[in-house]
Amino acid sequence: MSRIETCFSALKNNNKKALIPFITAGDPSLDMTVGLMHVLTKAGADIIELGVPFSDPMADGPVIQRASERALLNGTNTDDVFNIVKEFRTENESTPIILMGYMNPIEVMGYETFVEKAANAGVDGLIIVDLPPEESVEFGEVLKPYGIDQIFLISPTTHGKRLDRICEVASGFLYYVSLKGVTGSNQLDVKAVDDKLNEIRSKTSLPLGVGFGIKNPQIAEDVGRVSDAVVVGSALVERIAEHAGDGEKMKLEISSFMSSLRTALDNIG
Amino acid sequence: MPETNKKSDSSEIESYMTMPDKRGHFGPYGGRFVSETLMGPLEELEQAYKKHIKDPAFIAEFEHDLKHYVGRPSPLYHAERWSEQLGGAQIYLKREDLNHTGAHKINNTVGQALLAKLMGKRRVIAETGAGQHGVATATVAARYGMECVVYMGAEDIQRQAMNVFRMKLLGATVVSVEAGSKTLKDALNEAMRDWVTNVDDTFYIIGTVAGPHPYPAMVRDFNSVVGREARQQCLDQAGRLPDALVACVGGGSNAIGLFHSFLDDKDVSIYGVEAAGEGIETGHHAAPLNAGKPGVLHGNRTYLMEDEYGQIIETHSISAGLDYPGVGPEHAWLKDTGRANYVSVTDIEALQAFHDLTRIEGIIPALESSHALAYTTKIAPKMAKDAIIITNLSGRGDKDIHTVAAHEGITL
Repeated sequence: MSRIETCFSALKNNNKKALIPFITAGDPSLDMTVGLMHVLTKAGADIIELGVPFSDPMADGPVIQRASERALLNGTNTDDVFNIVKEFRTENESTPIILMGYMNPIEVMGYETFVEKAANAGVDGLIIVDLPPEESVEFGEVLKPYGIDQIFLISPTTHGKRLDRICEVASGFLYYVSLKGVTGSNQLDVKAVDDKLNEIRSKTSLPLGVGFGIKNPQIAEDVGRVSDAVVVGSALVERIAEHAGDGEKMKLEISSFMSSLRTALDNIG
Repeated sequence: MPETNKKSDSSEIESYMTMPDKRGHFGPYGGRFVSETLMGPLEELEQAYKKHIKDPAFIAEFEHDLKHYVGRPSPLYHAERWSEQLGGAQIYLKREDLNHTGAHKINNTVGQALLAKLMGKRRVIAETGAGQHGVATATVAARYGMECVVYMGAEDIQRQAMNVFRMKLLGATVVSVEAGSKTLKDALNEAMRDWVTNVDDTFYIIGTVAGPHPYPAMVRDFNSVVGREARQQCLDQAGRLPDALVACVGGGSNAIGLFHSFLDDKDVSIYGVEAAGEGIETGHHAAPLNAGKPGVLHGNRTYLMEDEYGQIIETHSISAGLDYPGVGPEHAWLKDTGRANYVSVTDIEALQAFHDLTRIEGIIPALESSHALAYTTKIAPKMAKDAIIITNLSGRGDKDIHTVAAHEGITL
């Protein structure tokens, strides 16, 4: 069983929801990312989504755009991201790590090289925001032998045959984008999310995560009630940015925010 | 990535006019690389486009507005004095600068706005670099009674104050984009973010032949009126087809507009001219076809200016409209197949051509078009006196007066 499968099956057995924080690799600095990842797991993260910085993050709102800009200013590159994962793995063998980013850094490195490096570093899944299933056939073939899951997104505008197709090719879990918009948006509607998740559930038995717009424990709890996992990105990245000058304070802040999300999710069920 | 850069034997290709394929690919280029939320809307757009482009009523309305509102056909003007001075080929200028709003951009915005209307969208958005596409979009939004928001890099807003004011006069909201390099690419990112958020009632009018499928094909089709007219005008005026076509290439919409009708006329040489900025060797340029690599940006696979890790790098050109790190996927394909040649000229060369045309023919060209003119001056003298070059004068230069003055140390 892959780390992702193991993680979701353990959560299911304990009747718990997955908490998936997102941070950008290299933000606020390359040195701090691994430490922050450990803070996240200690405060209750089940899976970590690690952003691969990109110069043109089209699907991201201002908070994550700026994180990407900061990381790039720090000189963070794709090999640094792999090194971060490698270093994290020396102390943590179990928490699944998903890289989230855009296609171009992968195109430039070459599919085979990128995937091999990712697998060697201990990456479990990839979310490539601008690689829909229609364009990912060739990449998917490269991915298969390495046992890395390509996590597909489903959005409120995904219907009919496309939804069927995504459910067919997906592995690991499915990531439902809770709203029409960019990361960090403001208009999440839990009822609408619930309806869509029910539709998706009729087509797949994969766990369903929800992200975009989950900014506080209350929303996390509400969304957790109807899903298997919640992804929290902008709300965390905002706190990282706010305390960028004071590493210790940042860790405390992140830890306490994560704990509040954890507690909220554990209130369910 | 799929195999790129392979020069396929051109003789194997029967027609260059059948692209893209069903999924929007031009060979390995093009496609639809966008976030999931946009996949449905792009499919909907593709269906609507396919349906209406075959509908005689839609075509009639489009052609009516091109004639009576835009002022088409634009003349094909024989620049006799300039040809004489260069001492070689006869140069014909396709006068897109005489269109309403002063550039070829309006051909496409009329087409897309009509489509938006038929799709029931009440709001249009656009990105703009030089401001020409923004003005062309604000213009049709006023004409068809739609709300209009234009995204423009903060840097470009500085460079193109007059166009910003024109857009505001036309009723558009101009949003200054402060992210990234604060130029066209960032404006495009921001417009995409708007579209993904307001996709129900908003139509995104992309201004060039880039972006996800069906934009590269759709924008080409709306602009290909340029080449259709030029081809017929050349036959009428000179009795034969031209020997060469020259057009500037930023995203490449005026170029593909001129080239497309000639792609299967294999004796017609085709030159796309990129912005070499301060010189290709300095790295300060905007010439992805000349000095870039294939990659994925803004929804399509194409040649890009990027670093070794795939981060998009800042471009430079004196012409805001060419200051873009990517290029339309059809151009990438035409380059690889060898059907078109992609060359470059520097800021200095473009400025020289700007002055030359102004003084010799009494036409002030846009700095974008001046790149095509500059390359024309390189090839014309080497060609026979009865040879014919059609150069796309894609826009007029009024908007660039301040840039040219500033470059020459003159305060207006």
